[in-house]
Amino acid sequence: MVETKRFFFDLPKGSRPKPGNTWKAPAGTTNVRDFQIYRWDPDQGGNPRIDTYQVDLDKCGPMVLDALIKIKNEVDPTLTFRRSCREGICGSCAVNINGTNTLSCIKPIDDVKQGPVRVNPLPHMPVVKDLVPDLSLAYAQLRSVEPWLKADTPAPPDSERLQSLEERARLDGLWECILCFCCTTSCPSYWWNGDRYLGPATLLAAYRWISDSRDEATGERLDALKDPFKLYRCHTIFNCTEACPKGLNPAKAIGEIKLQLLEREG
Amino acid sequence: MRDVRDVQMLGRTSDGRLVQRPLSGHLSVYLDFDMVMSVGHRITGCALAVGTIVLVWFLVALASGESAYASVSWFLRTPVGYFALFGWTAALWYHFCVGIRHLIWDTGRMYDLPSVHRSRGVILGATAGLTLLTWLIALL
Repeated sequence: MVETKRFFFDLPKGSRPKPGNTWKAPAGTTNVRDFQIYRWDPDQGGNPRIDTYQVDLDKCGPMVLDALIKIKNEVDPTLTFRRSCREGICGSCAVNINGTNTLSCIKPIDDVKQGPVRVNPLPHMPVVKDLVPDLSLAYAQLRSVEPWLKADTPAPPDSERLQSLEERARLDGLWECILCFCCTTSCPSYWWNGDRYLGPATLLAAYRWISDSRDEATGERLDALKDPFKLYRCHTIFNCTEACPKGLNPAKAIGEIKLQLLEREG
Repeated sequence: MRDVRDVQMLGRTSDGRLVQRPLSGHLSVYLDFDMVMSVGHRITGCALAVGTIVLVWFLVALASGESAYASVSWFLRTPVGYFALFGWTAALWYHFCVGIRHLIWDTGRMYDLPSVHRSRGVILGATAGLTLLTWLIALL
């Protein structure tokens, strides 16, 4: 039976993690750190569990992703997570580490203060397996803001659409987004209303195109966002900006969209 | 209204059977001062609405005469009454201060993280200061 009832503060019964297995470090290791990792396998079903892996930091790279890869290679090959570039540019390895979403590849283990390193999938998302969340809705929402150049005027023959230095500078802090969805899944508004609220990553992408001097669909884009849920579920909580591993400011971008809508009203 | 996200809660096993996916933890794993400040704004807003009922009771009693006023006055001077009034004034000042920050944000200012962190301290300090000042004036 599919459990579809959503609980506001608590997880559905079948989603509550239970204590899992402990994988002890080999005897004789001194610099050991506990990694508590969320596990769920569709083939086993049931509740997710939290497995504890004791990792020898003397034989491990500096980042949390290094530890995850070491666990998968040497301890438990069933551990599943996304990763690719290991340098903070692909956005695949976004997870929740000790209370904050970030990229595990650029999060030093030493930055996690005391106690175990707790690694969970991005919050309030359906889990595909272990640390892999289903982001298909978030991607569909991103597509809905049409994040590409829209212009009726043809490009000048034999040259690009030119921008002044100032026009180009307006895109700084916007174009760098790698779509890891750390911000979107950190947002309580997105947790409760993610079916209709677009979330910070998508709104930042929308603002990137609203700000682009070459784009000719600014009015149309603002029209599409003028909605009590799509845009205005943002309550300036600021979890997004705190979480962004690239140091961007989705909260500000959303504020700027709200301002532009207001200015347009006159 | 059905939630479109419900369809995503269905997964498949390796041999193709349907399986219920878990929802990953949210409030149970997330920790951020900013979200506490934000939910505090909402909670104090609700508390103020409830407190306004007491205010209405007070005003109605004030208009109804001596005996009605005496009962309100008695209630508000019980420990429970004092506690509620203290909470109400603290909630009022907190909501007021955060509200001003929301107005500043609405003009497009103070969106950078250092400003957010600084204003957080200012809000908490001002809430404590203004609440104490209110009670000093009320009790002296």
